[in-house]
Amino acid sequence: MTEQTSQVHPSPQAASGPADQPPGKSPSHPGPSPLDIPARPAPPKAAPPRPASSVQHTAPAQQGASQPGAHSPRPSAQAASAPQTAGSGAAGGATSQAAGAAGQLPAIKAKVSGAQALVMAMEQIGVEVVFGIPGGAVLPAYDPLLDSDKIRHILVRHEQGAGHAATGYAQATGRVGVCMATSGPGATNLVTPLADAYMDSVPVVAITGQVPSSLIGTDGFQEADISGITLPITKHNFLVTKPEDIARTVAEAFHLAGTGRPGPVLVDIAKDAMQAMTEFTWPVSYDLPGYHPVTRPHSRQVREAARMITDAKKPVLYVGGGVVKADAAAELMQLAELTGAPVVTTLMARGAFPDSHRQHLGMPGMHGTVAAVGALQKADLIVALGARFDDRVTGKLDTFAPEALIVHADIDPAEISKNRRADVPIVGDCKEVIADLIAAVQAEHASGHKGDHAEWWAQLDQWRSRYPVGYTDPDDGSLAPQYVIERIGKLVGPDAIYLAGVGQHQMWAAQFIGYEHPRTWINSGGAGTMGFAVPAALGAKVGVPDVQVWAIDGDGCFQMTNQELATCVIEGISVKIAIINNGSLGMVRQWQTLFYDERYSNTNLGDKKAEVAGTRVPDFVKLAEAYGCIGLRCEAKEDVDSIIEQAMAINDQPVVIDFVVHKDAMVWPMVAAGTSNDDIKFARGMAPDWEAMDE
Amino acid sequence: MSVHTLSVLVENKPGVLARIAGLFSRRGFNIDSLAVGPTEHEEISRMTIVVNCEEHPLEQVTKQLNKLINVLKIVELDPAQAVQRELILIKVRADTDTRSKVLETVELFRAHVVDVALDAVTIEATGSHDKLEALVRVLEPFGLKELVQSGTIAVGRGGRSITDRTLRPLERTA
Repeated sequence: MTEQTSQVHPSPQAASGPADQPPGKSPSHPGPSPLDIPARPAPPKAAPPRPASSVQHTAPAQQGASQPGAHSPRPSAQAASAPQTAGSGAAGGATSQAAGAAGQLPAIKAKVSGAQALVMAMEQIGVEVVFGIPGGAVLPAYDPLLDSDKIRHILVRHEQGAGHAATGYAQATGRVGVCMATSGPGATNLVTPLADAYMDSVPVVAITGQVPSSLIGTDGFQEADISGITLPITKHNFLVTKPEDIARTVAEAFHLAGTGRPGPVLVDIAKDAMQAMTEFTWPVSYDLPGYHPVTRPHSRQVREAARMITDAKKPVLYVGGGVVKADAAAELMQLAELTGAPVVTTLMARGAFPDSHRQHLGMPGMHGTVAAVGALQKADLIVALGARFDDRVTGKLDTFAPEALIVHADIDPAEISKNRRADVPIVGDCKEVIADLIAAVQAEHASGHKGDHAEWWAQLDQWRSRYPVGYTDPDDGSLAPQYVIERIGKLVGPDAIYLAGVGQHQMWAAQFIGYEHPRTWINSGGAGTMGFAVPAALGAKVGVPDVQVWAIDGDGCFQMTNQELATCVIEGISVKIAIINNGSLGMVRQWQTLFYDERYSNTNLGDKKAEVAGTRVPDFVKLAEAYGCIGLRCEAKEDVDSIIEQAMAINDQPVVIDFVVHKDAMVWPMVAAGTSNDDIKFARGMAPDWEAMDE
Repeated sequence: MSVHTLSVLVENKPGVLARIAGLFSRRGFNIDSLAVGPTEHEEISRMTIVVNCEEHPLEQVTKQLNKLINVLKIVELDPAQAVQRELILIKVRADTDTRSKVLETVELFRAHVVDVALDAVTIEATGSHDKLEALVRVLEPFGLKELVQSGTIAVGRGGRSITDRTLRPLERTA
């Protein structure tokens, strides 16, 4: 650690302007508090007054006002209570906090232990909940936590649950989720959720205890090099061995996690650093000279993109999770309606654009709609907004959208042209990019350039009506999993938050539930982490307690993390878990059916001799009851609605519903892995007739 | 494939080398050579990384490097506009019969003898990769007992400094 970074209360330096900035990495500037994320995830660059080259970030002293809409996933509610949604407002907030740090706000100065400094720093940052499990090396931190009246600690049953709960909390609220674990196995149990959060760009801070600094490197009891282990799966991580570094590092961690492209940040703190005494001062200044996310898009690129959008005959807005993270759903709606272009929303972006909207073609990708996949394939212009051309979306890359020019907007420059070369790259925060695009498209319209997409829409509508996403009921009268999920979506409605594990049930939940609002669909997209749903639902419910939270889970996924039902019951977190019980690892089984000659190697989770569908080992109803949840079972189509309604009526206890469904249901449409999107099948052996559609 | 020399300015903090080396390996890049050392500013270390790859993947890895929080600046040095040097230490067999011939070669390459034993001399040489390769080739017949070589370090020609602007903000806080 360098000396100058631990300086406190520097006065802002004279501005020296952008010309002074070296290319690529520019001098730092004050960023917003991590808690500004619900309103906007990234530091504003262009808003006055801007101490452009001031190199000290100052963590906010007060966060009360900077927790807008944290309890509502509704964008309108967020906008209403989030003054910093406006560009200058956000900058003003960040700047005034920085100014406050320079002497206007009462500063805190106290002689405390490192552990107290950790808890006080988190309190000052505005952390309201920490998910975790104590253990030897992190014990010092748990002691002052007991006295904190600002931070609620939720004791989970497995550290993986803590990590996913923090992720669910962050995805539902837009704020930084926090998890805590001890050294060694406690910390390594966080690896999966950290990798998961990294793949899906979720702002999470993980605090881990480490063995005393004198023992580091000696294979001490419960020692693991967690900062080394998590190097490739965190946005950044820290190992802290000095008590005086704790508060500053925590402030840096929250700043890094919540700004720019969000991501997980781990802070590993040696036990002796937590036990030693130090001076706690707040606000604390910190310096991240190599971290300057670009949020303001380049105006020339935006104008060029707008020109291409109005020129295009067959444009598509390809919307990814970045739009949700940037809270840019309202802007997206405006842009879509202004341009009249069709919209597709990726797995991470379901809800960013209402499913009920006429211009929405649904989800693209491996299990996307024929219309959405076809639209991308046949487009002459793809406008990618906070999306990353994932292989599950593009299919075989070199046959993806062969005719399309690409406008690619992302806050992470490394995503641009990573998989598909961008014709117009735009680096910036999606909220600002889309707002600028709206203005630029309006200018094009004003000068008489207006795209005509009538022919394009005729084709899209034909695809849409000819190949809707559908399913057939099983012949034997057993329950279709798609029907169950569809009914949950219908009866529970678009104001609830839905989560899923990974597999068939996840895809059906993405396909058959109508999403109308951002942050109402939470799943493990990039990492595909089975076991995500239960702990993430718990976290989401804690973040947004007044909204119904439904986890659609598979029987395989559920068994990976179901112990968190204990957490739900004891902490009074009333989530609903709908287990889609087909008694098998359904998605793997589907691939075995299609690609491995129906050789079902180790995908059957049920008793092989049992006659009943699904698995009864364990009996999920009894398991739920053993945990103190309400357990319900549904095996017949005619009972589905009443059981869902029964679950909806229970608000004081977690509910687990065992929906026993047919095991051979498959997810369609499907683009087989490694094949071209052109070869999409809307049902087994059934390919859409692209030619006929070109009439 | 072509050879590229990257100068990477990083914060002088523990673990930075591991972050950079790890990034190269997990993105599937082979590093030809990597040299790291202090700069004129104690807060900043400078790495010179030589990679052999195509233009597009190089751009990707540069962007990924830039994302590392401790990386301050990355500059690709144009070989025509940069001085590139490696350091080599070679222990060559040299008895009374061959010593004078070995010393002649040392002279020719403007290398130095830094240690002499009864049966060997240790030679130090600096220069471009090609020059040192040639030196090794010429010394080989005498018998190489031991050879150790540094990674390339490089600096751009002319009066401009790539650390100047990077340093300015740091200095202000010091």
